[in-house]
Amino acid sequence: MSTDVSLPVLTAKDFASDQEIRWCPRCGDYSILAQVKKVLPTLGIPKENFVCVSGIGCSSRFPYYLDTYGFHGIHGRAPAIATGLKIARPDLQVWVITGDGDGLSIGGNHLMHAIRRNVDLKIILFNNQIYGLTKGQYSPTSPIGKRTKSTPFGSVANPLSPLSVAIGCEATFVARSVDVDIKHLTTVLERAAHHKGVAFVEVYQDCNVFNSGAFEFASKKDSKADHCIYLEHGKPLIFGNNRDKGVRLGGDGLPQVVSLDEVAEDDLIFHDEKARDPSLAFLLGRMRYPDLPEPMGVFRSVERPSYDELLCRQLEEVTEKSGPGDLEKLFNSGDTWEVK
Amino acid sequence: MSASDAAQSGTTGVDDKPIETLETVVVRFCGDSGDGMQLVGTQFTNVSAVFGNDVSTLPDFPAEIRAPAGSLAGVSGYQLCFSSGEIYTPGDAVDTLVAMNPAALKTNVGDLKRGGTLIVNEDAFDKSSLSKAHYDRNPLSADNADLAAFRKHSVPMTRLTRDAVDGLGLSQREADRCKNFFALGLVMWLYDRDRKPTEDWITSKFARNPTIAEANLRALRAGYNFGFSTEAFTVHYEVAPAELPPGRYRKVTGNEAVAMGLATAAKLAGKDLFYGGYPITPASDILHELSRLKNFGVRTFQAEDEIAAATSIIGAAFGGALAVTASSGPGIALKGEAIGLGVMTELPMVIVNVQRGGPSTGLPTKTEQSDLYLCYYGRNGDCPVPIVAAQSPADCFAMAQEAMRIAVEYMTPVFLMTDGYIANGAEPWLIPKLDDLKPIVCTHPTESNGNGDGFLPYLRNERLARPWAIPGTPGLEHRLGGLEKADVTGNVSYDPDNHEHMVATRARKVANIADSIPPQEVNGPESGDLLVVSWGGTYGAVWSAVRQCQKRGLSVAHCHLRYLNPFPKNLAEIFSRYQQVLVPELNTGQLRTILRGTFLVDAVGLNKIKGKPFLITEIVDKIEEMAGRSNS
Repeated sequence: MSTDVSLPVLTAKDFASDQEIRWCPRCGDYSILAQVKKVLPTLGIPKENFVCVSGIGCSSRFPYYLDTYGFHGIHGRAPAIATGLKIARPDLQVWVITGDGDGLSIGGNHLMHAIRRNVDLKIILFNNQIYGLTKGQYSPTSPIGKRTKSTPFGSVANPLSPLSVAIGCEATFVARSVDVDIKHLTTVLERAAHHKGVAFVEVYQDCNVFNSGAFEFASKKDSKADHCIYLEHGKPLIFGNNRDKGVRLGGDGLPQVVSLDEVAEDDLIFHDEKARDPSLAFLLGRMRYPDLPEPMGVFRSVERPSYDELLCRQLEEVTEKSGPGDLEKLFNSGDTWEVK
Repeated sequence: MSASDAAQSGTTGVDDKPIETLETVVVRFCGDSGDGMQLVGTQFTNVSAVFGNDVSTLPDFPAEIRAPAGSLAGVSGYQLCFSSGEIYTPGDAVDTLVAMNPAALKTNVGDLKRGGTLIVNEDAFDKSSLSKAHYDRNPLSADNADLAAFRKHSVPMTRLTRDAVDGLGLSQREADRCKNFFALGLVMWLYDRDRKPTEDWITSKFARNPTIAEANLRALRAGYNFGFSTEAFTVHYEVAPAELPPGRYRKVTGNEAVAMGLATAAKLAGKDLFYGGYPITPASDILHELSRLKNFGVRTFQAEDEIAAATSIIGAAFGGALAVTASSGPGIALKGEAIGLGVMTELPMVIVNVQRGGPSTGLPTKTEQSDLYLCYYGRNGDCPVPIVAAQSPADCFAMAQEAMRIAVEYMTPVFLMTDGYIANGAEPWLIPKLDDLKPIVCTHPTESNGNGDGFLPYLRNERLARPWAIPGTPGLEHRLGGLEKADVTGNVSYDPDNHEHMVATRARKVANIADSIPPQEVNGPESGDLLVVSWGGTYGAVWSAVRQCQKRGLSVAHCHLRYLNPFPKNLAEIFSRYQQVLVPELNTGQLRTILRGTFLVDAVGLNKIKGKPFLITEIVDKIEEMAGRSNS
């Protein structure tokens, strides 16, 4: 990746394409787009070295609205398209935009493998717990009982947690934020962009047409601090408008909310995003509102060589060992014979 | 001298049995899948090829890696034809059949010529093996009239192999695993082959285990010496070298040739090759071959599924790599949507379809030509994809380059069709000189084409191809995708007239490829009673049949298509010169239907759907029936 100091200074405006944005008014996608446009110019990467790849769904229109190289793929396949691109062109910074249906239902297999390979991709999953583009069917993250066009009597399917999937696939970077939490989202996106290897970010995104208010608990200014814990590496899990509540590990091995009046800070769970083992991240990922405060921020950030890096290294090593490929030598390998 | 004595000494003594000269011989080794028949078949082929014969092979193995030992389903065979003349198929009927167990005898003896040589391992004909092969009684018994038509040699191969390796300290199981080399040695004597290439191979293959190497060498020599020392074999044969065009040769399978052709195309284009694949029979060898070529800059990606394999090459092509995927029918079906995306985004890529018997999982290890419709039509929307097809193992090298040339020149996905028969079959390949190969011209714009209005990703050239601008190029940022694009600007467009225009333009672009392909050639009279039209891996059988009929004076010509979409421009005119058209295919008539629909030609089919290639005689019979009818 080039980080030439003589680069022109870019701003969010430089990343705005000339295309008319066609998301519904007040869709959460607008805010996510704005934050991405804010983060990209700060990374010291020439604009032409960004590629934004998506699948199908409302969120997947994203590449059309960014003035970078972009690829609007087919349903669920963005991680595979992006993997091919990144292997062929490790010099590019590749972002993947996907949704809960695109990434976890039709494309679950690709998401899982892109993460476990640790391909150097920045994957942003917009989770609105609904199919928006097809007008309101339940998605793999919709809660049980959810009434939608395809579940008129309520969903009976157990939802999955995007973070559990990512952590289960040994993601090296896992984070969560909320579409309208502008500052928090920007910070999380910046951290994802700087991570080497796969970065998986779940963004709670409000589909105000088909699933309005699904994440109100995490987006309302006056109450979100009571419902969420903003994770900080090395710090205890403290939350609440008055920062008077904490989370500790109970005798049953499960997290429990305690009052800081009664429990010392040292007895709380301390966040460690660099833990060798992903168990803590997994435990945090399973804390759900309203039973528990939901963690926001970076769950996990560890270093591991990326797939594309290892593949390039192997190419170099083999070339060093056997010399650059010689086609005529290849043709003549094995038993050959001369006809006069 | 006994066989084992000879093996111990490693010499063959004086061989004074009479030797007869033959032009063409077909040998088939068959046994249980664990008996090493593919190995000895390959060795016999190598030895014959190195000697200078023309060779053609047909490996035939079960889909199960190890079906129950001794069962009919577990029989694995390897047929090869070697000749002092030109040959195009592994042969119709077998001259010498080696059967290592009752199941192999039962399933293969029907292909042995009357008067042919039958060599069986009589030690394997015990009660249990006979019962697994559903034999009520031992077929080797002297009074069995079923085998009376053959020159039958019951050889105690297991016992003789054990004798030969005696003293090496092998377990009985290890000793018995050498018996395929005993069989190979015997057939090598029968056809006066030089053992040295195989001996060298054994020595190097088992270099880390000299005892096993020695055992296999002893078994090979014991088999060879058994031939000349036993009275049962009264005569042996020689097949002189063939008169092939001069040059250096090697043996090549279709899958090897595809892999080398793709690597060569990348070199000729000055680009890196990206290969995304998912393991599937019979295409996996392409992935294996390319995975070894790291120092050629080849990046292989074993994807999580067929869809990821196909979409990964779209990403790689967008990034500027020469991108390829390969699969067989079930995998190609899964790739359909991605190939449509490749058509819509007009990116160059090659999709290799190594056909096998279908539908569904079908016959994974058997050959068929039944995916032509799939490649022609197997996508949603009006979605034309150019198709080329290789005609033989060695031709895969040329057609892989040709597929890539078309993809890059016309900015389109291209199908390269082969099949299990030519993918696994081998033939001599005249090794090319790199300088003699046509370069592939591949350019990426560095400046905007939009006269100040920004980059126009769908502004086309005279061929109707759009520019291949790649990420990393300043000022050419653009977005591609599966939504319909406005021509020129590439913006998303739902405009009705634009959509009709784009559908027509994509079709015209593919049709334009006809300008860049050679005119169709015909072998035989320029006009006449019958034109036989074939495509793909049936080339050898069809040409052999037509040539035979031409020698008998029939008015018949052969037209073999390597370009199936678009067809060569002169094809309609060729059809007009013959009274009848015959289309032999290993399917229910897919090319025939397309030809009838495209050219309104009253083509007749000869169709075989047995998972096996055509026999030459099957086609000869049909030609005689049709050419004879038009004569009368």
